[in-house]
Parts: sequence; structure tokens; C-alpha cells
Amino acid sequence: MAKRRPRSRMASLLLAVFMASGCASGGNPPASGPGDSVTGEADRAEADRQLLNGTPNGAWESSYEPLASNPVLIRGGTIMTAAGEEIEGGDVLLVDGRIKSVGVGLDAPAGTAVIEADGRFVTPGIIDTHSHLGVYPSPSVEGMGEGNEATNPVTAEVWAEHGVWPQDPGFWRALAGGVTTLQSLPGSANLIGGRGVTLKLVPGRGATDMMFPGAPMGLKMACGENPKRVYASRGPSTRMGNVAGYREAFIRADKYRERWDEWLAGDRRADRPDRDLELETLAEVLRGNILIQNHCYRADDMLTMLELSHEFGFSIRSFHHATEAYKIRDRLAEENVGASVWVDWWGFKMEALDGIPQNLALLTEAGARAILHTDSGLEIQILNQNAARAMFAGRSAGIDVTRDQALRWITINAAWALGIDEETGSLEAGKAGDVVVWSGDPFSVYSRADQVFIDGAVVYDRSRTEGNPSSDFELGILPEAGQGGGR
Amino acid sequence: MSGPAKSPVRTARWSILLALLAGTPALAGGQDLAVTGGDVHTVSGGVLEGATVLVRDGIIVAVGRDVEVPAGVPTLDATGRVVTPGLFDATTSLGLVEVGMVSSTVDAQLQGDPVRAAFDVVDGINPRSVLIPVNRAAGLTTALSAPGGGLIAGQAAIIDLAGSSVGEMVVESRAAMVASFSAGAAGGARGGASLRLREVLDDARFWRENQAAFSEGRTRELSASRLDLEALAPVLDGETPLVVGVHRASDIEAVLRIAGEYGLDLVISGGEEAWMVADRIAAAGVPVILKPLTNSPGGFDRLGSRFDNATLLDRAGVDVVIGSFTSHNARWLVLEAGNAVRFGLPWDVALRAVTLAPARALGVADRYGSLEPGKVGNLVVWTGDPLELSTRAEAVVIRGAVTSLDHRQLELFRRYRELDVERPAFKGSGF
Repeated sequence: MAKRRPRSRMASLLLAVFMASGCASGGNPPASGPGDSVTGEADRAEADRQLLNGTPNGAWESSYEPLASNPVLIRGGTIMTAAGEEIEGGDVLLVDGRIKSVGVGLDAPAGTAVIEADGRFVTPGIIDTHSHLGVYPSPSVEGMGEGNEATNPVTAEVWAEHGVWPQDPGFWRALAGGVTTLQSLPGSANLIGGRGVTLKLVPGRGATDMMFPGAPMGLKMACGENPKRVYASRGPSTRMGNVAGYREAFIRADKYRERWDEWLAGDRRADRPDRDLELETLAEVLRGNILIQNHCYRADDMLTMLELSHEFGFSIRSFHHATEAYKIRDRLAEENVGASVWVDWWGFKMEALDGIPQNLALLTEAGARAILHTDSGLEIQILNQNAARAMFAGRSAGIDVTRDQALRWITINAAWALGIDEETGSLEAGKAGDVVVWSGDPFSVYSRADQVFIDGAVVYDRSRTEGNPSSDFELGILPEAGQGGGR
Repeated sequence: MSGPAKSPVRTARWSILLALLAGTPALAGGQDLAVTGGDVHTVSGGVLEGATVLVRDGIIVAVGRDVEVPAGVPTLDATGRVVTPGLFDATTSLGLVEVGMVSSTVDAQLQGDPVRAAFDVVDGINPRSVLIPVNRAAGLTTALSAPGGGLIAGQAAIIDLAGSSVGEMVVESRAAMVASFSAGAAGGARGGASLRLREVLDDARFWRENQAAFSEGRTRELSASRLDLEALAPVLDGETPLVVGVHRASDIEAVLRIAGEYGLDLVISGGEEAWMVADRIAAAGVPVILKPLTNSPGGFDRLGSRFDNATLLDRAGVDVVIGSFTSHNARWLVLEAGNAVRFGLPWDVALRAVTLAPARALGVADRYGSLEPGKVGNLVVWTGDPLELSTRAEAVVIRGAVTSLDHRQLELFRRYRELDVERPAFKGSGF
């Protein structure tokens, strides 16, 4: 029922440009000194490549280092792979931080630690596509809110990673709920709120220590009520104004991208373009290297954003909140746009009025990319329970949702939305050793995460009283709080 | 509804019990029903397997295995099912809020002075709120519909989630006085909150003893309006509970002191750090309404927030009440209770915390919260363990009437169940 417009493939054209510049830097001998024109050109190409990567001079690169790990065999559990059927009495072997194999009766190399999982359940590490941990940390008090640069409706130039506080106590609570990876996003005050960052839940002293290596960055965009409320007095104050704002920004970005792409392709007729942080981000979106994560509730708003994406030839990776995604699930499936949604939040504002608990089930049935997200420091700790609630809500309405499909909402589908599905999100040989061992069925309210592995290392173990990550903030601040394991 | 009797406050209450004694229709909407064959969790008297709950005119008259169902009483077969009292959420503003950010649909908060004791939510309750059937379908039968904001937010009502008029729904108007103790509640400092609270309680006491002089203008000026002071009289009598939102352990102790000084019937709400002063709360006999899924040090008044708060309080002998602390999703009450069990609360205590415990805390345990003769026939038939995620409410009975489980969200679902038509707007009901 929808009209289709062929999407331009600027991304593929630019990929060729990257590869060319990448090869140039890799294939040339090391710089021999200033004045060498060939090397100077190569250096410049490398510098240009780093600009596109968001890592000029190698700055802002991930400095994440996996924890040291020994081989581990998780033996005899119910293995929920997010890649097919559950395996009863199955094993998962982790070697060198990776999943070596998944199956029944696996042999383990000598010296492998064995975790008996009889009666327990094993899943991939859980992933949340929509978190504000780090940028809206606890305590939520003066001086701590970093999520919304609400000074201008378009702030594509700001990056969440520059606001992430690695000491947010919420990270370690999420970890104890089985979460291994999350995307921390700017807020939704702005039409274009800035770049999001994907983090691994391993403690670090700075945000780059937690950055998921190789994960593409996200761009937070917001539809509807929030921007028009925040900017009511100066504009945009209507949905019309919102859309004009996106278009104006992408028109500028496209021009910027074109100038830079000519330069990157070796066209030296003009001077090297000046850098513009805002347009740098948007040009990367147009090239397909930054994934759009679009806060958008209403079906008609989402359709409007799809039109916008056609106008400028980019794709939206995932709508977020998307309380009305079920109304356009066919379109989302056709355009391969994800929907990151809650189970049953609704009614807190007009654009959230039509949220229904069958949203995920209907999206899944339609073949759309269905993702369960939280936007909450609390609910990120019960993503497994929320997946169960959405699964049962679907089933009781007559939609046959499988356990594997429900698990995918919080694992591999979320990984896809973040562009890291080759690396994590399912229990398959070769992937990162991001694994959770649950005390029982993760779709029961009574189950708890017993062990959480990230890159093959136990980062959280419920049975230990010392050695689980905690925030500096919570040290010595409340003498009684250290007692017991209920936090 | 008010009369010439001595206390306008007390006569203004709508009390089912009084109505019963007066011989007026027993219970609005009250019906006959026999729920047979279920595993009945009475909450007050253990579990009766394969038992019958017999409701006449909306009131439970018998619970047991050998209950005879009189001819003409409709039956609901609950064989193989779990039967519990209807869920009771003491932490909602149901009927007072429709769309959170649309202020014209929110009647839970009076602006202005931090003391709004006279504010009574009842006339703002909308029986046709779409939130009511959404939450009822998940097993919620009774709720405290409460105001918020300020130091003393006003007076909350207990409602049953059935009926087409406020009069039919209201179980008890002015069921609780709602307050909040925090730095922000009055003047920007905790001392300001306690100062203002004591001042207004002192003045309410003064007003009660000097009403005539006050009316004639022969008293000093008082710190609140006549209506506010009058509204506080039953709170001073210990007749109406004072539900105080309070979080930090030392704040809880301050509120306990004030309640002790004035002889108030205190209920703590929120209570993130209550576990740290559990013994003192238990000694004072004060119940705590809490949200088990709370463990973030979200502010400096709740650094001790932890998932096993309910467990620790229960072990110390405190009456634990579980609340959802929302209106749109009061249906999360069972999720909250299940998570309390996950963190150590005994299962039967968790069930009591969403049924009998709120009724007790709010002074209606004579009529609500358990399945026993004499109580209102509010119950739920569940497909399994009511706290488990896979379970759903199969039947929700209010005052003996089987309620509809349909609601707006299901209408939306049905309209969009198939996308085989170009224009879903032509599907389903309309004008």
C-alpha cells in the first residue's frame, strides 16, 4: 500500500572512497619526513579517514580492554541461543573470550573451568538499545544531567560519550540484570540530539574504556511532542516546524558531504573544506556510517520520518518508543527499519496514548525488526521479565510468539539495531563471550542472573560478596548499604 | 451527602457499612455469584483447594469446600484455577488522570499553598477513565485514588474499579490524608517541612477546640484555612490515616516523631531507606507502602534504596504494602509483588501486600483484602500463580459481578490485528 522510492546508495559509493583511503594509508611505507609529497598525501588521507571515523589523530578511539579470562565450560543447562531452538542439557564453551562452541556434550581443553548449569538457563548477554545510563546517572541531582544539550533544536555536534559518567551506579545494577551492552543516547529535547555511544558493561575510568570496539555510532533524533514543547517559544513549535528543521539540517549536511567527498576522492580544485562538527555527524549519517536512532511514537510521525529518509537517501536504523509501530509494521518490515519499544508504557502524553502490550508480538509476526528497549535505569534490570511479559501478552491475544523470538527482542535484534550483530547478541561459535547464566527460566519473575560474562570473563557473579563492579560514588557514603546482596 | 450531624467530615464519608446498617441497597452493583472449585487463597485463612466462594448481594457469605450454592445463584467454574482477593493498589491516582502531560485531564494536584488538606479528590474522579478497565483486566479491583504535590496534598478516596458513577465506585471518600516529607515540600529545607507540618497540626487542634471563637473572629490568626484545619481533625483523632511520602531514613524518623507527638495513624509511603530503621518502624506499628522494584540511588534521600527492602522490613515485623506507584500501569502490581518474592519476601506475604495489607493500612480491612464472610466480593480467578509473568486474570469479580475484561487497548489491537485493508479506520466501532 505504500509507494516506494528507490533509495540512493551514497553509502556504497563512499565505502569505495574509504577503502581507497584506507588502502592508501596501509599500503604506503611509514612517513619518512616532512616534505615528502606522497607520504604527506597518505598522512592526509589517513587523517581524513580518521575524521570520518570520528577519531581524528586517533583521539576518541575505544580503549576498551576485555578482562582476562580462562576457558570456561558452562555445562548441562538449557541453552537459549537467540539463533534457533533451545538446547536442553546443552553446553557453551568460552575460549579466549569468544564462544568456541555451543552444543551437547562438548569436550573442553584441559584446564577449562566448568560451571555446572543443571537446572539453570543460559542466554546471550542482554542488550538495551535505549539507555541514558551515564548521561542521566544516579544520583539525578544538580550538576549531573548530561543528556540534553537543549540550547538549539539541532545539536548533531554533541556526543553522548563526552557526557557519560563511568561511575553511574546504574551500570552495575544493569549488569546484575544480565545486561552486557547498551547504547547510551542523548535525550529527546532536540530534533537532532547528538551522537549516541555503545558501551560494554565493564568498568573503566573514562568513557572510552567502556566503548564497544568497532560499534558504529548512533544519531539521536526526536519526533513529535518533545522538541516542539522544549522550543515552543523560539521554534519549532509544531510538527511542521520539526520537519522543516530536519530538512534544513540535512540540506546543509548534504552540501557539506558533497564537498568533502569530492575532496576525499582526490578532487583538489577547491581548498580542503573546513570542518564543521554538526555537519560532520550528519554527513556520516548520509554516508550510512552513523545509525539513526529515532525517538518517534506515532505511526504518522514515523511515516513522515520515512519520507524524510527517502528525500535524503539515508536509512533509519530503528525507531524508538514507537508505541504505534504495530500500526505500520508492514512498512517497517518492508523498509527494514527496527522498532525499539516498551512492553506497555502508555498514556503519559498524547503521542503515547495508543501503546498496547501486543506491539512486539505484532511486529514480530509481521517480520519487522522488533526490539525491546527500556529508556529506564530500573527496567534495564528486568529486560528478561519484560520480554516474557510481551511474549505472554502476544500469546494471550492469539499471536504465536516463540521463546526464541522473545529472546531476540533483547539480544540479537537489539545487536542489529546497534550494528554489532556480527559480534554479539546470540550464542553462536565465533561471537564474543557475552553470556548470562540464570538461576532458572529467564522468563520467570523469580529467576536471577547468577553469572554474567563479557568477552569470556565473569564480570558479575551473584554468589560472590566481593569482586562485582561498584561505583566510586557508593563507597563509604552509606555505612549500612554494603550489607546484604539485595541491591 | 452531608447532613446536620455533629461532624461534617465524618458524615460526608460514603460508607458501605453505614449504608448496610441503614438498610439502603447493600452495595452498589452488588450481585450474587458462586465461584466454584478453585484453589482459594483467602489471605486471612490459608489456602482452600477446590473451594467455593459464595457472594450474595456483593458480599461474601461463605468460603469453603462444602459450601452449598443456592438455586438461582450464577456460578463461575474456577476448577484448576487460582482464586485470590481482588488486588488493591494504595498508590494510584486512578480516575484523576487520563493523559499525564495533558493538564486538563489531570485532577490529582491542586496548585498553590503547600497545605491543601481540604482538597478532596472525589468530585474529580472520572468513572469513564480508560485507565480503569485497562488495569481492572489485570486483576486490580480496588485502589486508593490519591492526590499529590505540596506538603499536605489532600484527601484520597478508595474506589472499586467498577461502576458508572462516582457514587457507585467510591468505597470510602476521605479515606486517607496524603502528605509528603522532603526539603522541596515546604520552603526548601526539611526543617521547613516539619515546621509547617507541626504548625498546621497545632492549629488544627486549636481550631477544633476553639471553633466558636474562631468563627466569631476572636482567635489569633491560624496558619491554614478553616477548611484545611477542619479536614485535619480526623487525622488528629487518629481516625483517618496520614500517608506520608518519605524516603531518607532520618526523614522517616522525623515523621515517626511527629506522628508520635500528635498520635497520628501514620502510613509511610515510598520508604526506600525504611529497612535502615525497620525496628523503629515496627515498634511504632506503622505500615510501609513501597515499590519493590526500586534500587537506584536516584537522590541523596534514597542512597540506601535496595530491592530487598520489603524482605528486610517484613523480617523486622513491619506490615509491608506493595504499590505500583503509577496509574496507567497499576497492572504492574503483580510484577512488583513477584519481584519482591525474587528478592526474598515470602510468597504469601507478597500476596497479602497487594490485598489485605493495603486494606489494613487504610482502615478498610473489615470489608476488603481477604476472602472471608462479611467482606466485599472482590476476587480474581487466575490461570496460575498470580505473581508469575505467564499468568493472566481470567475473571475479575467486583462486588459479586463478573466485570468486562475488554478495554481500549484491546479495541486498538483488534482494529490493527490484520493489516489486510488499506484503511484500518473503517474497522471496529466508531461513531
